[in-house]
Amino acid sequence: MKVANDADVIVVGAGPAGSCAALAAALGGLEVILVERGPFPGSKNMYGGVVYPRILDELVPEWWTTAPIQRWVVKRSTMLLSDAGALNIEYRGNSWGRPPYNGATAYRPDFDNWLADQAVRAGATLLCSTTVTSLLRDEAGRVIGIATDRPDGELRAPLVIACDGVNSFLAKQADLYPPMDSSHFTLGVKETLSLPREVIDERFGVRDDEGVDIEILGGTSGVNGGGFIYTNSDTVSLGVVLKLSKLAGQSTRPEEIIGQLKRHPAIAPLIEGSEILEYSAHVIPEAGLKMMPKMTADGLMVAGDAAAMCLAAGIWLEGVNFAMASGMYAGRTAVASHEANDASARFLKRYTDSLNDSFVLQDHRKLRNIPELVLSDRVQHSYPGFVTSVLQRMFQVDNPRAKPGLRRIVREERKRAGIKLRHLLRDGWIGMRGFG
Amino acid sequence: MTILDKKSRLDKKPRLDKKSAPDKKTSAPILDGDAAWSSIPFDERIGTAEFRIHERAHITVNGDSCRGCTTRECVVACPANLFVPTSDGGILFNYENCFECGTCYMVCNREGAITWTYPEGGFGIVFHRT
Repeated sequence: MKVANDADVIVVGAGPAGSCAALAAALGGLEVILVERGPFPGSKNMYGGVVYPRILDELVPEWWTTAPIQRWVVKRSTMLLSDAGALNIEYRGNSWGRPPYNGATAYRPDFDNWLADQAVRAGATLLCSTTVTSLLRDEAGRVIGIATDRPDGELRAPLVIACDGVNSFLAKQADLYPPMDSSHFTLGVKETLSLPREVIDERFGVRDDEGVDIEILGGTSGVNGGGFIYTNSDTVSLGVVLKLSKLAGQSTRPEEIIGQLKRHPAIAPLIEGSEILEYSAHVIPEAGLKMMPKMTADGLMVAGDAAAMCLAAGIWLEGVNFAMASGMYAGRTAVASHEANDASARFLKRYTDSLNDSFVLQDHRKLRNIPELVLSDRVQHSYPGFVTSVLQRMFQVDNPRAKPGLRRIVREERKRAGIKLRHLLRDGWIGMRGFG
Repeated sequence: MTILDKKSRLDKKPRLDKKSAPDKKTSAPILDGDAAWSSIPFDERIGTAEFRIHERAHITVNGDSCRGCTTRECVVACPANLFVPTSDGGILFNYENCFECGTCYMVCNREGAITWTYPEGGFGIVFHRT
């Protein structure tokens, strides 16, 4: 006996991927159910801190007039920290403070909730406080719906889009992933710190709704990873990202690593006097293309963190935009699949094609070797100290001694840091090829 | 009747209330010259996050598997500090203040030691300014 469908497509997870999938599908005329396990969309989500929403131009015209934004990022800094000191490279983009903007800081519980609301306005049905426990499959193994933890909690549809986040039990149930490798993941821990608005403006050199994004290499207590600081309206988000396989093999706890970062002389004055308003943690899929699953199965597509789409490429740290875009392409593919009455993996390959034709997989393919390089021991443990000690000697006036030659400083400090020239050249080559 | 008919279950995002999210943003002392602000006891730290606790433990730890484990990755890595070594070589685990991040099962080397699921819908961690 054939059981009636509850919808044309079921989307699991109302994060940026799920809400964009639901929105795109609803705009295409489909009946959509969007299932969220939290009490409201975004309630399970935290991140480092910047959304790049330009992809929303296609789904929510003039999104900036309604999106719940904290500050528009006009300054991007990359910082190298060592015990010796700090190097900060900062760029201010004046046009980033006006439409259509560039990046924005936002609280995910606000932003995700807003995005889910766009899907609801387009006609999707949002079902919160509902945990999906498994995929439903027919005898042939095709996905035909989901089981939830509600009474009578089965929902059926010819197509399911799994946007259930980094732990994606649905993608795993569908065997889209190879066995898990913990070195592909990082743990992000963060403190939301209170500071009066005008104090933030003054310390970070911004005004009105301008914001700052600071990415930090070094300063993570010897655990491979990085740090970050983002300004919100009247709080600052500060945290660290820690490679799981390295974190597990040493003895300093995540919150202690944050504490040490906060005490660095280059960081402390920025946040002095603040109080912790909220402590949070989340796991990040960090290995990019090298860890991505198969994107489709019969009746199933995967998007967002569930498909490991975070881009952790050092100077580019993005994720929400990749989630939104992949969700949108999955939603559009759902519309085509409905029209063709074909939800086979073969038909759904169109979704993978869209990802390939867009920045989603183009960026990931181009930068496929960068996440590993950024988290490598040399980049993490040798280069920040090397660079800062070169600068220390360059700018230290040691009269009556004459200035040493720059070449000599670089050679001596490279040797002192134990960096072999061939390794430096190889890393430089990987970096140039990857970023170029 | 399907679960879709139960419209009342469609939860709205609640407004932040003082109880669930302490709001001290304007009362913080600025530039007090004391480093004490940079670190707080762990209980206070975890107390800044909201957990809606369900009676069912969504994560269970098999104490027998943990006995004899010398590496104890979970103890150092869990950001909520939920894994506590006991004097008899076991692990004491409490699911209640869990971020649902997945770190513990990802770093664990012992097959079957950690059984990991999500909490019931609507329960568990609820983030606000993250």
